[in-house]
Amino acid sequence: MQTASAPPAAERSHRLDAFGDWAFRNLVTLAGWFVLIALGLAALSMFWGGREAFEEFGLGFLTSTEWNPVTEEYGALVAIYGTVVSTIIAMIIAVPVSFGIALFLTEVAPAWIRQPLGMAIELLAGIPSIIYGMWGLFVLAPFLADNVYPWVDEKLGTLPFVGLLFAGPPLGIGMLTAGIVLAIMVIPFISSVMRDVFMTVPHRLKESAYALGSTTTEVVWDIVLPYTRSAVIGGIFLGMGRALGETMAVTFVLGNSHQINASLLMPGNSIAASIANEFAEATTPMYQSALLALGFVLFIVTFVVLAIAKLMLMRLAKREGN
Amino acid sequence: MASVADRLYFRRRLVNAMSLVLSGAATLFGLFWLVWILWVTISKGVDAMSLSLFTEMTPPPGQDTGGLKNAIVGSLMLSTLAICLGAPVGIAAGTFLAEYARSRKIGEVIRFVNDILLSAPSIVLGLFVYTLVVRPTGSFSGYAGSVAMAFIVLPVVVRTTDEMLRLVPSQMREAALSLGIPQWKVTTQILYRAALPGIVTGVLLALARISGETAPLLFTAFNNQYWNTDMSGAMPNLPVTIFQFAMSPFEYWNQLAWAGAFLITLFVLAVSLVARTLLLRKKTHHD
Repeated sequence: MQTASAPPAAERSHRLDAFGDWAFRNLVTLAGWFVLIALGLAALSMFWGGREAFEEFGLGFLTSTEWNPVTEEYGALVAIYGTVVSTIIAMIIAVPVSFGIALFLTEVAPAWIRQPLGMAIELLAGIPSIIYGMWGLFVLAPFLADNVYPWVDEKLGTLPFVGLLFAGPPLGIGMLTAGIVLAIMVIPFISSVMRDVFMTVPHRLKESAYALGSTTTEVVWDIVLPYTRSAVIGGIFLGMGRALGETMAVTFVLGNSHQINASLLMPGNSIAASIANEFAEATTPMYQSALLALGFVLFIVTFVVLAIAKLMLMRLAKREGN
Repeated sequence: MASVADRLYFRRRLVNAMSLVLSGAATLFGLFWLVWILWVTISKGVDAMSLSLFTEMTPPPGQDTGGLKNAIVGSLMLSTLAICLGAPVGIAAGTFLAEYARSRKIGEVIRFVNDILLSAPSIVLGLFVYTLVVRPTGSFSGYAGSVAMAFIVLPVVVRTTDEMLRLVPSQMREAALSLGIPQWKVTTQILYRAALPGIVTGVLLALARISGETAPLLFTAFNNQYWNTDMSGAMPNLPVTIFQFAMSPFEYWNQLAWAGAFLITLFVLAVSLVARTLLLRKKTHHD
């Protein structure tokens, strides 16, 4: 060994350093892999937990509306329907509003107001969802039941075709209320993603368009949106992933009913709300297995939605060069 | 001819003005709901505020006195343990991404998965920890609750650590390495110091995120009406207590739920404000 000539103390410290490097490297690598394994394990554990339900009901689990703990018959369709419908309502409201907010924060508002307003919206995005749920139950639902839903039932409920969606007693809680609460919850989220995305558009492009005499609206539609299209869709999907899996905000206002109703004013259910309401009381193995299977379905759906969101957002990041 | 051009120009300006007004209206619309929610939480919370919240236990049904002492203490314990479990692993994984896997395929994959974990439904993590911890041990426990929340802490800390370490200029690494300092010492003693405000921000954001999380606790820590500091049993905690009290028909329970909601909102806003100012100070520093 060449190092024999070095003083023994130096050699010892050199070996210590080499060991330190080796240990540290393996430690952080392990932690990195842990993230990967955690997600895989989460999926696997729910699939394993739900296997009895999948075996018993097969694909019928996804298409059956039966949910009866007494006869041990379980189907996920009511919950899936509720999750999808409440999310659609939320997105119909939240996407245009968030777009407007992002537009206002990047192109319209005077410069001094942009930062504080943007920060306020980001802070509001951090309010725990249980607060939204409580507000929905105690404030929004009674308000809608007294002031809005009777009118909706009377005016929209009598229309042909769409009337079916809006006819019903003004209970306050139900699909529509859940959709509105979800929308309010994801608005700050989607709008702050969209704002960040809009801010990546190079000033050169926008200024060129302005110099040619474009109005702000034309710049947004013809420059900003085409440049950020994929990332805007990514932001919307990110918000959708949130809305699909949201638990507390909807559990309060959905009404926990195990029937599909055409009317949006009637109570419904969602995957997350079913699990939250029933899991702690699920005493039989099959009951528990059915709820875990529901969790697995939710996991897969949100995984796909979030993966699409991420890929869309990455397309813009690639163009940005980072 | 000129009048045609004028009309066209007028139309474009009209469309522009209309859409700008609409965007302002959208902002007002969005803020209206959020301010309403905040206002209700504050006004109902302040009404229910009293010293007994912090000195008395959660009451049994029908009783008109009592506080949230056990729930507050339980929540603090659960969050502390969750941070202690999640933050070190998160910082280590973030270090791996930024320092050891920066332009490797595995880094890309982990970053992708981490971002999905970041937005994954929290109730799913609750189910996961139920099958991982509660079912094998046979009972709800504070440990299970903390593990579930640690899985929420993890991706937040991984992401911020990764981003903050990547912001550290590479000259700093090169200068340190050229002095013969081993890489692990460069990372722990130089890079961590440079990225410290960012990493602390990540941990604080994670704390803000878990302090209101209810769904993952429902069937891990469960809830407990009594005083309990033994983490191996079901733990009382603020979010699940709020959930149960808000859903109940008892007036006083509802009141306590609002008080709890107010406390959590206050805490979350305070923590995220501190986190943001930390980051802002660092940013202005670098400019």
